Amino acid sequence: MKHFDVVIVGGGHAGSEAAWVASQMGAKTALVTLRRDTIGVMSCNPAIGGLGKGHLVREIDALGGIMGLAADAAGIQFRLLNRTKGPAVQGPRAQSDRVLYREFVQTALGSLANLTIIEGEASDLIVEQEEISGLTLADGSQIRTNNIVLTTGTFLRGVIHIGDESRPGGRMGDKASIAMAERLESFDLPLGRLKTGTPPRLDGATIDWTGLEMQPGDDDPSLFSFMSKGPSARQISCGITHTNETTHNIIRENLNRSAMYGGHIDGVGPRYCPSIEDKVVRFADKTSHQVFLEPEGLNTSTIYPNGISTSLPQDVQLAYVRSIAGLENVEIQQLGYAIEYDYVDPRALAASLELHKCAGLFLAGQINGTTGYEEAAAQGMVAAINAVQRSRHQEAITFSRKDSYIGVMIDDLTSRGVAEPYRMFTSRAEFRLLLRADNADQRLTPRGHTLGIVSSDRWAAFNQKMDEINKLKDSLSDVVFSAREIAATGAKLNPDGPKRSALDALTLSDFTFDNLAVLAPTLQLPDHSIKTQIKNDALYANYIRRQEKDILAISKDEALKIPHDTIYGSIGGLSTEMRQKLEQARPNSIAQARRIDGMTPAAILVLVGHLNRQQSSKVG
Amino acid sequence: MDTIFALASGAGRAGISVVRISGPQAEEIAGTLMNNVPETRGVRVLTDNSGLQLDQALVLHFLKSNSFTGEPVVELHLHGSPAIVSAVHASLAHAGGRQAEAGEFTRRALENGKLDLAQVEGLADLIDAETESQRRQAMRVFAGGLGELAETWRKDLIRAAALVEATIDFADEDVPVDVFPEVRMLLSQVVEGMATQMSGVGIAERIRDGFEVAIVGAPNVGKSTLLNRLAGRDAAITSEVAGTTRDVIEVRMDLGGLPVTLLDTAGIRQTTDIVEKIGVDRALNRAANADLRVFLVDGNEKPVEMVQDGDIVLAAKADQHPDRPKGVSGLTGEGVDQLVEQISRTLGDRAQGAGLAIRERHRDAMKAATVRIMEVQAAISQGEPIDLVAEDIRQAIRAVDMIVGRVDVEDLLDEIFSSFCIGK
Repeated sequence: MKHFDVVIVGGGHAGSEAAWVASQMGAKTALVTLRRDTIGVMSCNPAIGGLGKGHLVREIDALGGIMGLAADAAGIQFRLLNRTKGPAVQGPRAQSDRVLYREFVQTALGSLANLTIIEGEASDLIVEQEEISGLTLADGSQIRTNNIVLTTGTFLRGVIHIGDESRPGGRMGDKASIAMAERLESFDLPLGRLKTGTPPRLDGATIDWTGLEMQPGDDDPSLFSFMSKGPSARQISCGITHTNETTHNIIRENLNRSAMYGGHIDGVGPRYCPSIEDKVVRFADKTSHQVFLEPEGLNTSTIYPNGISTSLPQDVQLAYVRSIAGLENVEIQQLGYAIEYDYVDPRALAASLELHKCAGLFLAGQINGTTGYEEAAAQGMVAAINAVQRSRHQEAITFSRKDSYIGVMIDDLTSRGVAEPYRMFTSRAEFRLLLRADNADQRLTPRGHTLGIVSSDRWAAFNQKMDEINKLKDSLSDVVFSAREIAATGAKLNPDGPKRSALDALTLSDFTFDNLAVLAPTLQLPDHSIKTQIKNDALYANYIRRQEKDILAISKDEALKIPHDTIYGSIGGLSTEMRQKLEQARPNSIAQARRIDGMTPAAILVLVGHLNRQQSSKVG
Repeated sequence: MDTIFALASGAGRAGISVVRISGPQAEEIAGTLMNNVPETRGVRVLTDNSGLQLDQALVLHFLKSNSFTGEPVVELHLHGSPAIVSAVHASLAHAGGRQAEAGEFTRRALENGKLDLAQVEGLADLIDAETESQRRQAMRVFAGGLGELAETWRKDLIRAAALVEATIDFADEDVPVDVFPEVRMLLSQVVEGMATQMSGVGIAERIRDGFEVAIVGAPNVGKSTLLNRLAGRDAAITSEVAGTTRDVIEVRMDLGGLPVTLLDTAGIRQTTDIVEKIGVDRALNRAANADLRVFLVDGNEKPVEMVQDGDIVLAAKADQHPDRPKGVSGLTGEGVDQLVEQISRTLGDRAQGAGLAIRERHRDAMKAATVRIMEVQAAISQGEPIDLVAEDIRQAIRAVDMIVGRVDVEDLLDEIFSSFCIGK
């Protein structure tokens, strides 16, 4: 029988990232997927990145992951969101060619010597004494492994709704994994139900593009990967149109025929991605909503109309779509639908994404209640790292809220659970000014290198960049200007104030390298990205200093580890309610315990007291 | 968590003494003294562990959802004898309870979210209240008025933060582009509200700690005699010799419901006596800093220059000079009632200015928040990057939170999602 260090189930974005990472780390890895040709498929909108999400992709890339490279290779329109705002909240986003994306991922995974791709349906887990020992496929064959990363997306008891029709299914055209859902249920895991929706896909050849506003990509594209130099695919524009009163009337008149409003769906949907039905009902005073017409690729006519996801029946979908400017004669290639699926309450997971109740079973992606390719890939990465670590009997690797968006997400999920499909936002990161897309490599590449994920090329490039940054910082500290000289370049500061080094002057938001070039025309300055990095670091330096106390407090709480085998019932003074909350989330540190919803300061004190006593009795 | 107990009523002999037991084992521990703890209330015979009867008591039982501390609480209303109380304490300790430390019940109420910090402060003042105005002020705070006010500021700031965050996290969505007019309005609303409260803190402190009213005048115009008359006892030494009062003498009293400390100061005159000179300097200093000054003037001399707005100037020794208008005499009591009325009216008017913020700590927190908000306002008008504006708003919210609670990103997202149509 075949034996693998790590087996990944599912070839979506969580699964392919996990397979890449585990293989890069040198583990003997298998990827089990229904169909080899669906690995890396973008099943929802054809875009990667955005606000918060773009940060995740940069972090995945900094650690040596694959998503950034794939998105750059497949990118057909790059836009840096929030370009005019502070660099901490700028998020790279790209429209992707679905085919290019999928091909890139499949080629990359295909090139890995220690990755075996197995086509088949993972039907059951083999568990011995609450520990994974293998995987059974639908054809009856078995794979031996002690570490499985399960990335089943919306396949868990997925139900697709179009109007009052519904049928079991993962995404359109695939069957749902009912057997696996039953297996998971046998672990007595807390399961919940979520929903999400897609818009109808349109035939771009039947759209009247004349008169529609077109949105091109940026002239100076911001890519995802620290290794990429420029886009490789041909660049295109997206169209923008709007719904109108007629559209809204059609939807209003047919609300009872919508799966969501007809009472066919119980799952909770995301507030930030409402269906067009939701928009019309909840924001009744708005007479128009924006619709982005996003091409799905260079060699296809399919258009993804972003902003009008729906679960209305076929005739209504066609009617409301055709009421929109430019879409009067449009043909629908695939109907919009809503999908309901099971997720596992992520509080059942450790920060390594391993299930508390089954050693060696890691969950990643939509199964944990998240939404989005980027969130899924980031989890796939963390789960794979820890599956490999476990296969080597090494300690779990966890990410902190103060080092990455990845850390923020995993902490949110495992300590607070989810109430709606979880999506990353920059506002979730309290240390947002520190966790920027531009410094993801400084934060994470050394870590990825230690773990063996980072390639030698990337490591060399990173070290060279750091050398250049440090050299420039040194020379900028040596040049000193009077406040009057600095003010004369147009920067706002008191001209009678103290002298500043060039590096200090850069902390002023309106003092840039352009001002510096005026003051010190002979100063040797390197290329654009090094300067940007230094300017960004300087811009936030004072704010980050202010946050140091908070960062220190979190570090202290993170250092107070709560042993995995803690029996909360034996700790005197914890109320039943607090005990239950702690048993549910099983926090790995006081920092995480603090973030559990409804945790009282008193319970934290009791817990800290208990840990201190444990510690001192061990020492004594 | 320990289960704690303590005498909740005053110490010593009394009609009734109340022993409060609070903690996860409150019912269990109380149960060792009686046959089944009543569900809500009941009369029970209390016995010690050898079965000896301790007392017959009214027993109140509070579930943690309804108790003062947020934990299960049992109260024993005993006959008010120190002997019974100490015997009951011994039995409770024997059953595994621990004598509570000072303020421990309140601390638990705070930790369990039953009271916010401001309410705890209000409660402390309420227990210490001696006069009607103090009681009313403490009650306002204990009832949670300051917490509610802080909550409205917090809501305004969260709304401002949500507006800013919406333009950051949903930049490519249908969100309002220029949110700054509303943000500016919200910010100045909070700053104004805080300014009002901050200006009232001084008065509120006076209500809590007492207004100081200084009696000022030349030597031997009868200041000490007037003080004694007002206080109704011989607090200051009075004599015919000029310059008797060399130090400042204080008498605390309840004047029309307001706590007032009367200050009898040394007579003000040029002197070569070093000791008296120190007294005069001290008198001038204290009087200048007092909330109100009553000047006693003998004959035609002008009162000293330190008369401030609202001060009272009276003719001294009205018993010897009945012809002088606005006279007062400590000796006969003439004009004293009018004086008392005038003092309490003047101070009462000022007491109206007291708000819900009553402590230096409140003022510090509001000051810190105001400074932060002003930084936000400056950052907006200088066109600083919006992520820095957002960070400043977060800091302002945390400063407001120092008055009572804490902020959470979910609050922000809730506000965003209930206000805007997100999702293109």
